[in-house]
Formats: sequence, C-alpha cells, structure tokens
Amino acid sequence: MSTVLVLLDHADTGALRGSVLELATVARDLAGDGGAVHGLWVGDEPLDPALPVLGRHGVSVVHAATTGAADPRLTPVLAEVLVDAVTASGATVLLALSTFENKEAVARFAVATGAGVVTDAAAVERDAEGRVVAAKTVLAGTWTTRCAVLTDPAVVLVKAGAVPAREVDADAPALPAVSAREVAVSERATRARVVERTAEEPTDRPDLAAADTVVVGGRGTEGDFTALEALADVLGAAVGATRVATDEGWIGHEAQIGQTGVTVSPRLYIGAGVSGAVHHRGGMQASGTVVAINSDPEAPVFEIADYGIVGDLFVVLPQLTEALRAR
Amino acid sequence: MSPTAGAGNVPGVRIVVCVKHVPDIQSDRALGADGRLVRDGGDGTINEVDENAVEAAVVLAEQVGEAEVVVVTVGPDDAEDAARRALQLGADAAVHVLDDDVAGSDAFGTAAVLAAAVRRLGADVPVDLVVTGMAGLDGLTSLVPGALAALLDLPQLTLAADVALADGEITVRRDLDHATEVLSAPLPALVSVSDRANEPRYPNFQRIMAARKKPVETLTLADLGVDPATVGAAGARTAVVEAAPRPPRTDRVLVSDDGQAGARLAAWLVERDLVRPAAPPTGEVL
Ligand SMILES: Cc1cc2nc3c(=O)[nH]c(=O)nc-3n(C[C@H](O)[C@H](O)[C@H](O)COP(=O)(O)OP(=O)(O)OC[C@H]3O[C@@H](n4cnc5c(N)ncnc54)[C@H](O)[C@@H]3O)c2cc1C
Repeated sequence: MSTVLVLLDHADTGALRGSVLELATVARDLAGDGGAVHGLWVGDEPLDPALPVLGRHGVSVVHAATTGAADPRLTPVLAEVLVDAVTASGATVLLALSTFENKEAVARFAVATGAGVVTDAAAVERDAEGRVVAAKTVLAGTWTTRCAVLTDPAVVLVKAGAVPAREVDADAPALPAVSAREVAVSERATRARVVERTAEEPTDRPDLAAADTVVVGGRGTEGDFTALEALADVLGAAVGATRVATDEGWIGHEAQIGQTGVTVSPRLYIGAGVSGAVHHRGGMQASGTVVAINSDPEAPVFEIADYGIVGDLFVVLPQLTEALRAR
Repeated sequence: MSPTAGAGNVPGVRIVVCVKHVPDIQSDRALGADGRLVRDGGDGTINEVDENAVEAAVVLAEQVGEAEVVVVTVGPDDAEDAARRALQLGADAAVHVLDDDVAGSDAFGTAAVLAAAVRRLGADVPVDLVVTGMAGLDGLTSLVPGALAALLDLPQLTLAADVALADGEITVRRDLDHATEVLSAPLPALVSVSDRANEPRYPNFQRIMAARKKPVETLTLADLGVDPATVGAAGARTAVVEAAPRPPRTDRVLVSDDGQAGARLAAWLVERDLVRPAAPPTGEVL
C-alpha cells in the first residue's frame, strides 16, 4: 500500500505519450490494494483532454506543475519539479518512461534525494519483502538481470511496451483530481538554456520505441526506403534504421536503433540490408522475433535471426509486402 | 578565443574528461553471481563513446591554444589502460582512482568519486569544462553525467552531437527522441557527447610514444576524502538480485532466396500470428 507517482510525458502539443498508460498499469500493481496512483504533468500544455483517459487507467490525482519563466524541458528544471512532486504526493515510487531526458532528470533527482534508480526496465514488481524489483537486459541485450531498488523513494524508468495498458474495472471511473503547483525553480537549474528547439514532424507511424512491429533499413537500402515504407504500411510498423542510414541522411536521427540510439524490443523486428553490428544489436537484441534479409550469407545479423533470408532486399521485401497485402 | 576564456583566472582553459574502462563490446561479456561484470582482464578497453569525449576535449583545447586536458578514470588496475588510451588520443595528463572499496559502485557512487577527483584537480587550477561520454555502453544507464553535474553544481549540456566554445560560452546541438535542441551555458560547465560529435583520431606511433611520457597519478578514496561507506557495493542504492544469459534463439530458419522467399516469409509470419491489422499509432493518444 503506497503512492506511486507517474511522470506524464507528453508531446509539445500536449498529447499524452501512449506508453504513459502502460506506466499507470505498472503503478497500480506496485501501489497495491489501498494504494494510489498519482500523475505528474509538467508544463503549460492543456491537461484537460488527458484527464478522462488517465482516470480510466487508475490515476486518482494529477499534480499539474508549472515553473514560471523556467523552461521545464530543461532536465535540471524537471528534476526540481520531481523533487517537489514526490514530496507533495508522498510517493514512495517514481515511474517514468526510459528516455534520455528522463534519465538525466532522475539522475539529478537521485542526487537531491538519495534515491536509487533502475533505467530501461522491461518489467517491475515487488518482491516478497515489498522491495521494488525491475528486470532489464544488459550487455547489448545478451543478459537479463533483476535489480532491487534499496531506497525510498525508488525510481524506475520503464521501457515502452513493458506491459499492455489496462483500464480499471469500473463502469464510470472518476476523473482525477487536479492539484496545481507552481514550483519555484532555483537559478542553478536554468544556467544552461535552450537556444533553439525543433520538434519532430508528426508522423502517422507508431512511436519507434513503443511499436509492436519495427521495420529497419541499413546501408543495403542505398538510401531507398520505399520498399521498407510499403511493408511498414501493411504491418502498421514503425520504421527504424542503422547509424549508417541516419548518418547518410536517408532518414532522421530519431530513427537510429542501437547502443547510441533508440532501444527497441518489439514483438517483430524485420531488418533489411542491416549487417547486425554489435552496436546495432545492443538496441534490438531483446526483440521477440527477429527477421533478417541480407545478401551476404556471412552477415552477423543471421546469428541472431529467427528467420533469415539470404537475398536481395529489393526483391524479397516487395514480394513479402504483396503477399501480406493479398491475404 | 582570448587567453582568459576560462572561468578560472589562469590563462587558457582546463578540461577534465571522464573515461571508463569496460569489457570489449566485441568480446563475450558476462555477469558474475554477484551481478557484476566479470573482469578477467585482457579484453578490456576504453568505453567507445568516451573516445568521442576525449576527441571533443582535445579539439576544443587545440582551438583555444592554451589549454590542458586531464583524464580521470575510476576502476581496478587495468582501468589505467583506458587512461593511457586517452593520453594517446591527445590528453595531457591522467588521474586514476584506484581503490578496492570502489568495486560495486552504482552510477551515483561512481559520480561521487569522479566529482571528488574533479574537485581535487580544481583545487590546484580551476576546471572550466568537464566532458564525458553520453553513456557507458556496457550498462547504458546514462545517469553519471547528470549526477556528476549536480554534484559539481555545473550547468549540464548533454548528448552533444556538436560542441562549440566561444567567449566563455559552450554551445551544443543534441538530437533527442522527439526534438533537436541547441543548448548554451557559460563556463564552467559539463558536456556529455554522443558518438556523432566527431570521429576520434587514431593513435599513431608518434602519439603512442608521446603518451608514454605523460603522467598518470594514482589516487585512493582517502586521498580524495571520500567516505568508503558512501560508494562501492556498500553505498549502492540498487542491487542485482539475479542475472542470467538470455536463452539462445532456437528453431532458427536460414534460407537462400529461390525467388519465393518473400512469399514464404509472409506465410511464416501469419502462421505465428505476428501480422496484426495495422493498429493506430501508439506514440500519442487523444
Ligand atoms: C561508438 C559507436 C556507436 C555506434 N552506435 C550505433 C547504433 O546505435 N546503431 C547502429 O546501427 N550502429 C551504431 N554504430 C555503427 C555500427 O558499428 C555499424 O557501423 C552500423 O550498425 C552498420 O550499419 P549497416 O548495417 O547499415 O551497414 P553495413 O554494416 O555496411 O551493412 C550493410 C549490409 O547490407 C547488406 N546489403 C547490401 N546490399 C543489399 C541488398 N541489396 N539486399 C540485402 N542486403 C544488402 C550487406 O551485405 C551488409 O551486410 C556505432 C558505432 C560506434 C563506433
């Protein structure tokens, strides 16, 4: 029985990131009977449209924090808001999506509060002693560990897709109560300032980190992603890439999968013209089913592929897409 | 750049780069029963993206002209190799914090030791800039840079794909999952760099020879005034309770395209229920 606080990540438009609802589900399990799930909304974006869906997912209170002139997208600012909200809510567990920004913010939160942190968690539960224990893969996805957080508060950053989001079992879930807070941010949090910010173009595709299916292109595409895009359309997949493809400018940097890019663990990963370098594998090795299409039978990606085709992606992909479309 | 660009009142700029010694990413890495990385020596190396950190620091130093780059590493005996590598890549001097009580540190223990080392260096001559890699590519937590900036009370500019220094201001461009940003801050500051920041130079024979003459100072926790109870396994805020290699993938299929492989793959995917009707985007709701 405890209060679990969930950071309600949202886009610059105010649209809630879908995976936040998965966190609300995890939070309900951790809070237990009689416990509570609180949300933390940071920024001036309109919160009202998100309230019904948060209520349906068991969030009873939303702390809506504004930071005056301080830009809450600066992670030191966010860190101070987290300290304020954890104190205000009395939360013993803080959950947030495992993004670069959130890692930075919780690092500072942890310095301020002494909290222990697990990042990139694929699952979170309580052990017999009531400790928060998180599962994560390490060493480029080749090992699975379970990590207990020994502190109160405990912080866990959870990967998208960790659990399916579940609505609460009620006919008319209540709207969360909103508690507005203006946080007085210290001068030190704003010493680095945002000079320029360009938000990504909205796309019709699912979020790469959260997608059920990911279709990935590498150098073998030679910059032509049309066959991959067509396959992604049929599968409702996100499109990802290797660092070579993003460095070449064939697709945006946000599409890079790997150790220094996005980590994905979809049910289905399809890589075409991807060699399977260890840096890339680190970001996808925990995927459910791995399919690889590569013209080189020696390509290392075949070592980890459940289904490998030695062939030309420009022949195999259109045929695959056509066969799926014809179903 | 003026000779007084740094925040200190000495001419030039003093840069500290933090580097980590990790098992080679290309080797078979394993965790022990205690959940710690097995370090059997031999196939360790500098954390790759820390080479980008060293390169960024050395390039800034070259631009400034009058500048010093000091490397700090924390870890067992062979961690000195990472410091040596950084010296070969152009750093001027190194500090190796070597102490049995450091073993088992989490990100916050490591950050506390690094912070103490930077403070000690700063006590002699002020440090203008701390540079780190964006993440340890072994654990990938990315917590150390933010924790270190907080402990040193420095503005943080992280994940830099591009770093520039002018008139005592440091500016970085960074690519986030959903946006690209340009951040700027006055020195002193902390910067973490991504592998996009630069192409690390190759340590040629001349550089390797030059590095041999560069000093590596070894320090203990006592030298740094760090209480051993606050770091290492004793101070860790998380504990690995279980570690297991992921089971190998079984029933793997590898075929050569005979002209029908695409169609057969479609059937294989459908059979395994891996093809779902295109779902609405899950990136955002509402
Ligand atoms: C510090 C560091 C961090 C890095 N981080 C990342 C990261 O996060 N993500 C990442 O992806 N990389 C990363 N890299 C780069 C990584 O090491 C590899 O260089 C990269 O992943 C290779 O990309 P690729 O598979 O597209 O290209 P290549 O390795 O060149 O492979 C291309 C493949 O395409 C195949 N091919 C060519 N034509 C066809 C065709 N017509 N049909 C089918 N197959 C074809 C070839 O056989 C080949 O196997 C990092 C590197 C470093 C040093």
